[in-house]
Order: sequence, then structure tokens, then C-alpha cells
Amino acid sequence: MTAPTQGPGRARIDARTLRTDRWWLPPLLTFLGLTTFVIYGVIRAFMNKWYWVGEYQYLAPFYSPCLSEVCVPGSAHWGRWFPDLGFLVTPPLFVLPFVLGFRLTCYYYRKAYYRSFWLSPPACAVAEPHRRYTGERRFPLILQNAHRYFFYTAIPVAAVLTYDVVIAFHGADGGFGVGLGTLVLLANVILIWAYTLSCHSCRHIVGGRLAHFSRHPVRYWMWTRISWLNARHMPLAWLSLFSVGFADLYVTLVASGALADPRLFN
Amino acid sequence: MTEIERHAVDVVVIGAGGAGLRAAIEARARGMRTAVVCKSLFGKAHTVMAEGGIAAAMGNVNPHDNWQVHFRDTMRGGKFLNNWRMAELHAREAPDRVWELETYGALFDRTKDGRISQRNFGGHEYPRLAHVGDRTGLELIRSLQQQVVSLQQADFREFGDYEAGLRVFAECTVTDLLMDGGRVAGAFGYWRESGRFVVFEAPAVVLATGGIGKSFKVTSNSWEYTGDGHALALRAGARLINMEFVQFHPTGMVWPPSVKGILVTESVRGDGGVLRDAEGRRFMFDYVPEVFKDKYADNEAEADRWYTDPDHNRRPPELLPRDEVARAINAEVKAGRGSPHGGVFLDVSSRLPAAEIIRRLPSMHHQFRELADVDITREAMEVGPTCHYVMGGVEVDPDTAGSRVPGLFAAGEVAGGMHGSNRLGGNSLSDLLVFGRRAGVGAAAYVASLGQHKPAVAARDVDEAQRRALAPFGGSPADGPPENPYTLHVELQQVMNDLVGIIRRSDEMELAVKKLDELKRRARNVAVEGHRQYNPGWHLALDLANMLAVSECVARAALERTESRGGHTRDDFPQMDPEWRRALLGCELVADPAGEVRVSRHEQPLLRPDLLALFDLAELRKYFLDDELTGHPAWRA
Amino acid sequence: MGYEAHFRVWRGDAGAGELRDFRVEVNEGEVVLDVIHRLQATQCPDLAVRWNCKAGKCGSCSAEINGRPRLLCMTRMSVFAEDETVTVTPMRSFPVVRDLVTDVSFNYEKAREIPSFHPPTGTAPGEYRMRQVDVERSQEFRKCIECFLCQNTCHVIRDHDDNKRAFSGPRYLMRVAELEMHPLDSHGETGGDRRELAQAEHGLGFCNITKCCTEVCPEHIRITDNALIPLKERVVDRHYDPLFGLFRRRKD
Repeated sequence: MTAPTQGPGRARIDARTLRTDRWWLPPLLTFLGLTTFVIYGVIRAFMNKWYWVGEYQYLAPFYSPCLSEVCVPGSAHWGRWFPDLGFLVTPPLFVLPFVLGFRLTCYYYRKAYYRSFWLSPPACAVAEPHRRYTGERRFPLILQNAHRYFFYTAIPVAAVLTYDVVIAFHGADGGFGVGLGTLVLLANVILIWAYTLSCHSCRHIVGGRLAHFSRHPVRYWMWTRISWLNARHMPLAWLSLFSVGFADLYVTLVASGALADPRLFN
Repeated sequence: MTEIERHAVDVVVIGAGGAGLRAAIEARARGMRTAVVCKSLFGKAHTVMAEGGIAAAMGNVNPHDNWQVHFRDTMRGGKFLNNWRMAELHAREAPDRVWELETYGALFDRTKDGRISQRNFGGHEYPRLAHVGDRTGLELIRSLQQQVVSLQQADFREFGDYEAGLRVFAECTVTDLLMDGGRVAGAFGYWRESGRFVVFEAPAVVLATGGIGKSFKVTSNSWEYTGDGHALALRAGARLINMEFVQFHPTGMVWPPSVKGILVTESVRGDGGVLRDAEGRRFMFDYVPEVFKDKYADNEAEADRWYTDPDHNRRPPELLPRDEVARAINAEVKAGRGSPHGGVFLDVSSRLPAAEIIRRLPSMHHQFRELADVDITREAMEVGPTCHYVMGGVEVDPDTAGSRVPGLFAAGEVAGGMHGSNRLGGNSLSDLLVFGRRAGVGAAAYVASLGQHKPAVAARDVDEAQRRALAPFGGSPADGPPENPYTLHVELQQVMNDLVGIIRRSDEMELAVKKLDELKRRARNVAVEGHRQYNPGWHLALDLANMLAVSECVARAALERTESRGGHTRDDFPQMDPEWRRALLGCELVADPAGEVRVSRHEQPLLRPDLLALFDLAELRKYFLDDELTGHPAWRA
Repeated sequence: MGYEAHFRVWRGDAGAGELRDFRVEVNEGEVVLDVIHRLQATQCPDLAVRWNCKAGKCGSCSAEINGRPRLLCMTRMSVFAEDETVTVTPMRSFPVVRDLVTDVSFNYEKAREIPSFHPPTGTAPGEYRMRQVDVERSQEFRKCIECFLCQNTCHVIRDHDDNKRAFSGPRYLMRVAELEMHPLDSHGETGGDRRELAQAEHGLGFCNITKCCTEVCPEHIRITDNALIPLKERVVDRHYDPLFGLFRRRKD
């Protein structure tokens, strides 16, 4: 075995890193951020209640689309595809794998969790603790190449969330209305779209794969827009992660009665 | 003593910059086994520092451009001291050499219709410089480097060996040429990494070692520019010409001190940047010389119109040839109108939108932000003259690049004549390509002509070269204290900067010659510590001898030429003198290698009548004596 | 203005070496390379350091300063506090020659294994026509000054020397991307496939896009986002996306 950052003929320096800055801080924050989200997600996925506010037509993002027989009345806008499979199989389990798969195979999140969870490497020029490294060449990590398929599924999900926002412009009297919850859902869906469209696979499919931009002016124009978003993929990944959690939590609190939705109009 | 590593090849190219690589590619393509020897890593040559572009009259932006116009500009820029045949070949062949780079994979900036874009530059009548942002030199080096690799891959497919036909010896310094009865027989050098010696047995050597700027204190040149090729040629018996002409680039950084001299590309001015004094005045209008009055604007309004309508307006005076601009800046600073750190202001921030500056001048933006805390999109740069280029070099035959020593060729900055007394920006990269290729052709033809009569390396010469190289390890010298090479180098740079710098005087240059003699004597006592493995002190000690020899050429030739012309400006002889136009000053070494430099005067060859006819007679009379112009068609009339 | 700084510089060779302490003068506006040169001129004339242009254009003076891979000539002393110890070591992923100089021949070997640009057949020199928008992507990659800091930082080889055989490193995967995106490269028409080479020969799959190459690039080339990920996507086009393959032409 070769010790980290050692190899034949290299300068014999034992330190794992000579960095003097707080290089451990970013991976630690990433670790805490992602862990918090995962814990919240698990709790919420199996909670199986407080996801629908019928009065204002708020559907919690974690439960959208709701495709099961057990969905509460009014919340299944797209049909009830799945039977009741017991309390362990909650509605989110039919949709979350796709959404999570999109984030899990995302080029940004890969960097984030490879660094913070797998420490491969924890930070630049800091030795990783593993003896061997084979990258994304074998099972299971070779499945990262399926990111594009998850991107395809992320689009209908984002469309469904958009529908949810449209119907959330609903007042207590059945007509048009706007509450804080509407705005929270709206902000969330904007961030979700921005994150989804800023995806590297999207950038590639839209125009990146072309050899001659000049022969495809429209696709080139789209590529430049997506590239602009793509340069902000990391902040969008975090903002949309935060917003989806926050929107979900907000609807949960309103649905459970713990919070009254402040109404701006009707 | 251990056996010395030996390599027998057909052609040795010393230097892996633009000229060296182009020569090597050509020699290899003509079936020669070729070795490229360079002091740095492969791909790090000084050519990467070239920013503005490659001058070639392709006429992509302005269709009026052609080789004749380029030829005229080059001759004017060099104040008609240029070797006219070189200037002609250069102007004719440059476009082909640029297009050839595209077949190697180069990606130049494009015009709207997909051709190679060309930009304006000082002294060039039309937009002529093919460029990639402001990193054209890097593109050129990378393209040639990748072509070398491409040829090596072809050899690998054929022979199973990447280095069968073309091998690069990186971080290897040549210290001596090995001769056989006046002909080149090979070269002797050492690996910088291990300090071990290496002998190349080769009937032809192409010098492509670049310039001499490291002899000056304020310079845009890297450590490699120690005049190795100039000195090797001198010792091998070749003649150097035009050594008094050293180009000071008008715009180098002046602050902070540690970056003083680093180049600020001329493209800043080509793209609209203007020079201002401390009061904000565009002073260049005061410095348009008589000979250029009809080409350069005398007011700001016309100068500014030129950028959009070059056909009906005269050019802004910021785009005068480099020698004029450098002198003007020097004069402004001397008159007390300079910037806080002893330069003048170069402002592009008020001339172009920020995004456009970043797009066109990315590395300037980067350089000033990182090294000087200056954002060039918001504030002016401080700039001043910096030693940039030596016009002088090995006297060569224009068509073959061969020197008077059989088997010794030279191309690029180390060759002399092409640029006369002053080089135009952009003509350097094209020079490298045109004459690099010609040197490759010349060397290959020479080797082929030898047949079985190849020169041989004598063991005695190898021993002698070895003794010379190891001398700095000799311990305490007999006739004085041991000398530190770094100290000597600093002193040399100070002497050249102060006494043979941008403005010269005879008493100062006489003092310089005396001081150089003294330094030469002390350099014989140079002593270094440590061992031979990657020892920079030792490397400098060996380079020092070259710098001293070349500096002596510069000082002595400058003292001799009693006029001002291009890169040679004298306080005591401020005028250009037509008598001197037809004189070339040649430098040779007398007797042994430690010997003195002798300067001799030679007649410049007469311009061919059809080339003479490209100019107005009236213009020529500003430069030439009447008896030289009888071949002009308008003469009789 | 000037002050005396505490430097720790690694001195040694492949056999042995250690960090040595120096007190050395620092003046306003200087970069780390200036200080190393002052050490050479005043305290240790045989201190080995590789450098060339001193303007961030040639990529020779790569080393590690306080553990971070950087160019010595582009690291200003003003980024350090006056009482801060500045530690300078050679690049740690390559064999050391002496002091701060490393043997970077690994990179040149990898460079030779990438099939070079194939000029288009039937187009004479001078007849090449390319639009600015078509060359811009590859132009970004050609800004590379080959300082090899990305190669040095990439944990795939930094922490696993045995991967050097199968992995060419970010610089050379970027070179493949550059040629793959070159509008006139005809390697594909001669039966080659650069995507296949990237995957099979140059170890693109080793890359786990942790972006350290981009972080250390002194030219600010967005290696990961603009070269490596697009290359991975092109590999997906070829290997993992049968749907897309149905309606694809080779060069459009």
C-alpha cells in the first residue's frame, strides 16, 4: 500500500496536507446540510399526513404528485395509480426515487457528497483516507451516467409542481386567492425549474453536443442561456433544496393547524 | 571520467520557441533525424509571452492589404536598414505560414465570414495581425508543439518509437558548438536536471535561441534570454550584425517593483488605448516625426475617427513604431510629466466598455488585477519602456538562413538583418515561422549535400568543452576573490541599463565598455557551491559568459554608430544620417574564446529596383543618398 | 514597507529531504518567486526552482504554498500576514528532482497518447472557415499554460500513484475535449472516436468531478464544467443513451 500523497520518487513529506486554512469547513457544512435534509425527508416521507390544505389547495411538494389510493381526498390530481400497500409504502415512495435520483446523480451533488461524505477528497490537496480508488468506472457508481434519464423524469415532476402552484392561487371562498403559502410554493417552483434547467445534461442536450453552433442559431441561443444558469448550478442546487424543504414544511404546518396561512388576498 | 552520453543526428536545433520548432518540423519532414535542445521544458519557450499577434498580409479584414504593403511597412519601421531580401521573403511567405498553423490545429479569432481575424498594430498600415485574444504566442507554441507530437505519433506508428525521427531534449543547455576544420560537427551541453554532459554529433546546427534581454535590468524577457545563440555563433566564427539596435518596448509595467518590465501588449493601443501624461494630455501628438507626418493624425478628433474609418483618416500617433513611442514616453517622464511611479498612463478604461476590454485583452486584465491590484476596465495602467527585443543577430543568407560558418544556421530573434533598426510589433512571430521553416529547409539541404563527407567531433574538443563547463566548480581562483554569479549578473544588468540603455551617449558607452571588461575579468573567477544536479548558480555562471560577450557587442557597436536610428538613440548624435543607412556594423570575436569583440563596418546590399519602385521617390530621399536611388523608375523623370 | 518573513522551504531530492527554516526580507509588491530568488541570491545559491516568464504565462513555477498548489510567480506576498509562516514545497504528485523542481515527464507521455488534430481532407490551407462561436469552446481550453497544477491536485493520481497508468488527468482529458469540440477535426471521419478514447484510454471514468482541477487553475479555465462534464455527456451519448443514438448524426 502506498501512503496518501506518496509515490515512487516523490518528495517525502509526511503531512496529509500542509494547508493552513480551514479547509475542513466547507465539507463539514455540506455534510450537515445534506444530513439535515435527509433526516427531514425520511421523517416526512413516512409521516403520511398533513400534506394537503383543501381550503387553499396547497399540496406539499414531497407528496406531489400523489398517485395512491390512500391519498387524502382532493390531493390526487393525476389519478390514483397505486393501491393501498400498507403503512410502510407511503405516496412519496412512488415519486421520490426519481426526484432523489436526479439530485443524487447530479454533477454538483456528486462533488458535494464525494467530498463531504466519502472524503474523496475532503478538500483539494488534502489526502483522502482510502487505499484504492476506481472512480465512476464500475457498479454502482457507473450508474451516475444515468443522470440524463433522471433529468427526463425531473421535467414532468417540475411541471406537476407548477400545476400545484397554479391551483394554489385559490381563495377560501373557492375563487382566486393568494396566501403566503402560494408565494412559498411559487418561489419553490421557480427555484426547482432553475435548478432543473441548469443541469449539465440539459446543457448538453440543448446545444452542448453540437459541433457547429453557427448552424443552429436557436439551439445556440438556448445553450448560452442554459450555460448562464449552469454556471450557477451549485447555488441553485442548495437554494432549491432548501426551498423544497421549506415549502413542504410550511404546508405541513398549515395542514396540521399549527400555523394559520396569512392571506394577502382572499 | 565516465562515458559521456552521445547522440548522432542530422540536425540539432537549439531552442524550442517558434523558430526552433518550425525548423525542427521542417527538417524532420525532409527526412532528417532531428534533435531539439531547449533550456526549459517543452512548450515553455519565451514565444508564449508574445501577445499581440502574427503579422501576415492575408487581407481578411482590409482587402487592400498585400505583401508589398507589408514589405513597405517593415522597411519603414526598420528605417530602411533591413536586409531587403529577408523583408521581402517575410512579407511574401507569412500568410502561408499562418494558414499552415491552422492545419496543425490552431484556433485564431475569426472574422464574421469565418476567416482569420486581423487586428491593428503599430506601424502596420492595415489590420494585419492574426491573433487569439492577447495570447497569440501561446497559441503558436502550442500548435507547433502539437505538430511535433503529431509527427512523433507518425514515427511511432511506423517504427514503434516516438523519438525515431524527432526528439526533444528538454531542460538541456548547449554550452559549446563542436567544430571540425571550420565546419560544424556537433554540440556539447549538459542536462540541467542531472548536470551530466551530453554530446550531439551533427553536421548541421540551427540556432533558435532568441534574444539577449536578460543583460538589461528592466526587461520583458525571461531568464532564458541570455544570448546563448549569439555567443555560440561568435565563438564558432560567425558574424553578428546590427547589435547596436535593441528594442525598448514602450509599454512595460512599472509598478510594483517586482514586476517592473513585464510586457503590456501593444494591442491595448491597437484596440483604442491612449497614452496620457500626469495632466491627462494625449502627448503623442507632439512626437510625430517628420517622416511620418502624412500617415499619422495631428489631432484627437481625426485619430478617433480612424478606428471606424481608416480609409479616410490618419492613424492615431499612439500607433507609431515602438522606438518612437518609447522615446516619447522617456522624454515625458524626464520632463517631469510622468505618473507617480515613473511611467505614463495607458488608458483603455475610458475608451471601451468593460466587457469588451475583458474579451479582447483577457490576459492584460488578469495580469494587472493579480500583480498590481489595478482593474484596467476602471482605471489607467502605468507603463514605461522595457527592454524587449534585439534586432541584431547572426548574419545569415536570407534564403537558407545559413551563416558564413558551414553547417551553422540561425532563425528568429538570434538572426539579424530582417528587422533593420527597429522591429514592428507582430513581425516577430511571422519571422519565426518564415525563417524557422527556411532554416529547416536550409539545414536539410546542407546535410544532404554532404554525402559521406561528414565532419567528425574531436575528443579533444569535447574535453575542452567539459573543462570550460566545470570551471566554476574550480574552488578559489588564483588572481582574486571568488565571485558570486548572481552579484555579477546584477552588476551587468545595471551597467547595460544605465549606460547602454534607451538613450545613449559616447562617454557613458565608453565607461560601459570599460566596466564590461572589468566584469569579464571578474567572471573568470566565478565560483559556485553545491553539486551539478539542478544547480541554478552553476547554470547562471555559464550563461554569464554569454551575456558578457553579447553585451560587449552591443556596447561597442553602439559606440561606433554615430547617428540615431530605430532602436539606437544617441543624445550626442540625435539625427538620422543617410551615410549610416548603408552601413552595417558587424561583430566578430578575435582569436581565442576569451578574446575581444571587434566591430567592423560593411556595406549594405543595394535594394532591388522593383522593390525600390514600391516607394515614392520623395519618401526614399528622406532615408537614402541620391546615388542609391538611380534605380528608381521616377529618378530620370 | 519591507519586513522579514519566516519561510519554510522543502529542500532535498528523491532520497530524502526536509522543510528548512529561513528568515528573509520581503518588499512591497513582491510575489513568492521574488522571495525564493532572494534566498538563492543571498542564502542558498543552489536552491533549485523552475521558472521562466515570471508573468503567469508559461506555467513553469508550479509548486505548493501553504499546502495549496499555486504558481510561485502569481502568489503575492500581500496575501499572507507578516507574522505568518510561508511553507513552500514541490508539487507532491510528481517525482521530485531536487528542492522545488519535480519531474513532470508523466504529462508529456500522456500528451503523446492523444491522437493529434486531423486536418479536414479536401480543404486547402487558407480555405478553413470557422465561426467565432464555433471556436470559442476549444479556445478556452487552449488558454492552458500547462502548469500541471490540475494534474498535481487531482486526487485520482495524487493519492493513488498506481492510477497514473490508466488515467491521463484533467489537462489531457481537456485536450481530448478540445479536439472533440474542434469544428474541423476529422478524426471521426477516419474511423476514430475521441469519446471512446477518453473513456477507454484516458480514464475519464476515474474522474469524480470534485472540481479541484478547476479550483487550482491559474488561467481560470472551467475545466470541470466546460470540458470534463461535457465529455462525460458525450460518452453517455455513445454508451449509455440508446434512445438518443437513434436520431443522431455525427457532426452537426
